[in-house]
Amino acid sequence: MSLDLPRPPATGCRDTPVLKQRGQHEVFCGLTGIIWLHRKMQDAFFLVVGSRTCAHLLQSAAGVMIFAEPRFGTAILEETDLAGLADAQEELEREVARLLERRKDIRQLFLVGSCPSEVIKLDLARAAEKLTEQYAPHVRVLNYSGSGIETTFTEGEDACLASMIPVLPETDERQLLLVGALPDVVEDQALDLLAKMGIENVKVLPARRADDDLAIGPNTVFALTQPFLGGSLAALGKRGARHIPAPFPFGEEGTTAWLRAVAQEFGVDLTLVDTVTHAPRARAKKAVAQAAEHLRGKSVFFFPDSQMEIPLARFLTRECGMTAVEVSAPFIHKGVVGPDLDLLEEGPTIAEGQDVDLQLDRCRAARPDLTICGLGLANPLESEGLATKWAIELVFTPVHFYEQAGDLAGLFSRPIKRREALRLEAAE
Amino acid sequence: MKLSVWTYEGPPHVGAMRVATAMTGLHYVLHAPQGDTYADLLFTMIERRNHRPPVTYTTFQARDLGSDTANLFKTACQSAYDRFQPQAMIVGASCTAELIQDDPGGMAELMGLPCPVIPLELPSYQRKENYGADETFFQICRALARPVEKTAHVTANLIGPTALGFRHRDDITEVTALLEEMGISVNVTAPYGASPTDITRLGAAHLNILMYPETGEAACRWMERELGLPFTKTVPIGVGATRDFVAEVAKLTGVEPKLEESRLRLPWYSSSVDSTYLTGKRVFIFGDGTHVATAARIARDEMGFEVVGLGCYNREMARPIRALAKEYDVEALISDDYLDVEQRIEELAPEMILGTQMERHIGKRLGIPCAVISAPVHVQDFPARYSPQMGIEGANVIFDTWVHPLVMGLEEHLLHMFREDFEFHDDAGASHHGHKAKARQAESIEEPVAANDPAVPAETAEIIWLADAERELKKIPFFVRGKARRNTELFAAERGVQQIGIDTLYEAKAHYAR
Repeated sequence: MSLDLPRPPATGCRDTPVLKQRGQHEVFCGLTGIIWLHRKMQDAFFLVVGSRTCAHLLQSAAGVMIFAEPRFGTAILEETDLAGLADAQEELEREVARLLERRKDIRQLFLVGSCPSEVIKLDLARAAEKLTEQYAPHVRVLNYSGSGIETTFTEGEDACLASMIPVLPETDERQLLLVGALPDVVEDQALDLLAKMGIENVKVLPARRADDDLAIGPNTVFALTQPFLGGSLAALGKRGARHIPAPFPFGEEGTTAWLRAVAQEFGVDLTLVDTVTHAPRARAKKAVAQAAEHLRGKSVFFFPDSQMEIPLARFLTRECGMTAVEVSAPFIHKGVVGPDLDLLEEGPTIAEGQDVDLQLDRCRAARPDLTICGLGLANPLESEGLATKWAIELVFTPVHFYEQAGDLAGLFSRPIKRREALRLEAAE
Repeated sequence: MKLSVWTYEGPPHVGAMRVATAMTGLHYVLHAPQGDTYADLLFTMIERRNHRPPVTYTTFQARDLGSDTANLFKTACQSAYDRFQPQAMIVGASCTAELIQDDPGGMAELMGLPCPVIPLELPSYQRKENYGADETFFQICRALARPVEKTAHVTANLIGPTALGFRHRDDITEVTALLEEMGISVNVTAPYGASPTDITRLGAAHLNILMYPETGEAACRWMERELGLPFTKTVPIGVGATRDFVAEVAKLTGVEPKLEESRLRLPWYSSSVDSTYLTGKRVFIFGDGTHVATAARIARDEMGFEVVGLGCYNREMARPIRALAKEYDVEALISDDYLDVEQRIEELAPEMILGTQMERHIGKRLGIPCAVISAPVHVQDFPARYSPQMGIEGANVIFDTWVHPLVMGLEEHLLHMFREDFEFHDDAGASHHGHKAKARQAESIEEPVAANDPAVPAETAEIIWLADAERELKKIPFFVRGKARRNTELFAAERGVQQIGIDTLYEAKAHYAR
């Protein structure tokens, strides 16, 4: 079995004109990032300063994850908080004191800004500074904004990580930093592959616990594992760290290209990379091929959601034989997804932002075989006869690197297989 | 500021969405930032609607703040009208837009759209979802309903069912059937399924059936005043309440009271000997005011339970619930903080909880069986099968729903009688609680146990359980053991007894026997 990478297309999509529209966006705000971030950072608490809407959103997005003592909550603004600003700081301090009194295990507290707190210009940065002084050294208090007016869905993770970067200790050590919250199992696989290639001294942001010895400096190079980390990329640059551009590690091809880029940076012999990756590559190829049977020749349409759309479209078109009709993302950062755009064959509409009614018109006209969209659109489109794959699952499920490549393809083939399996019309 | 983790109710604009989504031919333009569209998935996922809620969001972003948001609103309003051509529109602001003070109502009015535009004032920082639904429906009625000629024969409006309502879909069917048996037909059901044109015909009915006070009372009061429509005060959940409801409708309309009871099975099921074990089961009831009030009556009068506590999360119903609690000789819990509810349940240690989705999780944590009687609920409580709460079939559904989580009568006896048996030992658990049965451990001789394990309240920490009493306690079936331990410790503490022996255990048992 040959494991050569397929050739890149003659012209990729990097220079394709981007369709930019504004209008109603059917997307989550950045607060949603808390749902998976708090699972990853085991000693962190996320305190949203916002309205009842924010609390309701977190609850709706968290779905069945009702815990006895969850590590996130909302300080709900009341009438009195809106009347005078001075006293909002005191109120916040009081609520934080109550919270930390009850939860001694909390080492990092994030004050998360929301639309209401941003609009009334509540100074959470100052509050975080004051609280850090008050609770040092046991608890570190940081702040970032997850508001809908500033962030879309996964940008919440970006804002959170970017808030941590300036306060990390300084180091001169030559080290590799992996940036992006991955499920533990995936993170372990990535670290194992890198270790086998002889790359030692690898750190991960976000670390699982606050007392991890994470530091940063001019000899740090970093690779992104998630495509929505434009803000973190800039913040890391400010600390002197250098980015390794690479396609994202989705599918066999993406993972190999990502590993090769990292290996090249560390001067690892490419034959060693091939030796290390040979067996997992073969496994990934086989697993993807099984799921791809149902995907080959089918068309796919991406509504904007997580910024994972471009790398995923690259995976579906190149490794599963699908045709992309439209690939839209809430935000396109060419410095981040450029390598994926290079591999994506010209043809699909590349769109940034959204006017949901106009986009639905385009989707209905194209009648794609598979539509990737949010939960607000999925059932309505199914009832119009379109097969859908709801996008949020791609953020929660382990989908990166070799061992998950088959599962990733399976997420897309399942709705199509199900449509073929169901016989719900009368038998006549 | 108030720290909140889980909320029983969403913000008021979600209540307005529940009205808009329930109706047809109505469109809601909501001045809101990017992200507020999350509420769409409540309707498309939890209620499994096959269409998008008829809501257009203006989706303003940080860079629009300043002058542009007003224009954004007007553009959104115009394109929503052009695209959907609704019979009427409602416009309003979400919590963030409330802060930027654009006045959607005023702006929409100036646009001169060719359909009625109804402005909504929903104070997001004071009120909640149910208020939003009630107020929205009231404003729609006030704007559109006018006095019209009454129908020739007796008709009624069904008022209050909305989208995302707990069993509203099937309650409508059941109440419609109840009325039909009395020769009364339904004029308009609203907001569920009604169009703005239907709203203009509300006045043609002879009376209003107020199905859910939380979401329909303001409109019913207004119609009583302005259109001369009396409305019913009894909510027909439970056998007794259904009979009272029929009598009330008969009185208001002058028709013969009639109730076809041949399909009613709750009274016989509840009288049959297998139900004897339900007698005096201690239940705690929590939810929205209406469902709690009706559940309390069923629990006491129709199931033979003992109501040991009750409460509601919606402040609007605080007064009637407090009065009801007095009648049941318990203390009402009016709170929207689930930690308060959890604490009260822990204190009361009931044998069963009747509550919402939140109480189900509390029950799971504390190992107490729970049945869901009220919103907020999750997707499994929007079932495919017919399962009303109201009327005759509602009573049957309630009997089944409440009994299933309890250990079945016969099984409870087996667990009692054969508790020394290897198949019915403590860790075996009840057959319908989904955990793996554990094999019985060989008994070991135990040291005297100081009562400082986490299950024991701190104030009794100085009380010591002697080894023989501890062993005897273990012979009591697991599902009542917690209560036996608490009662014994309370009994010991009251008498200043420091060490609990077998005698103390059985003296306490005799003391608390019922």
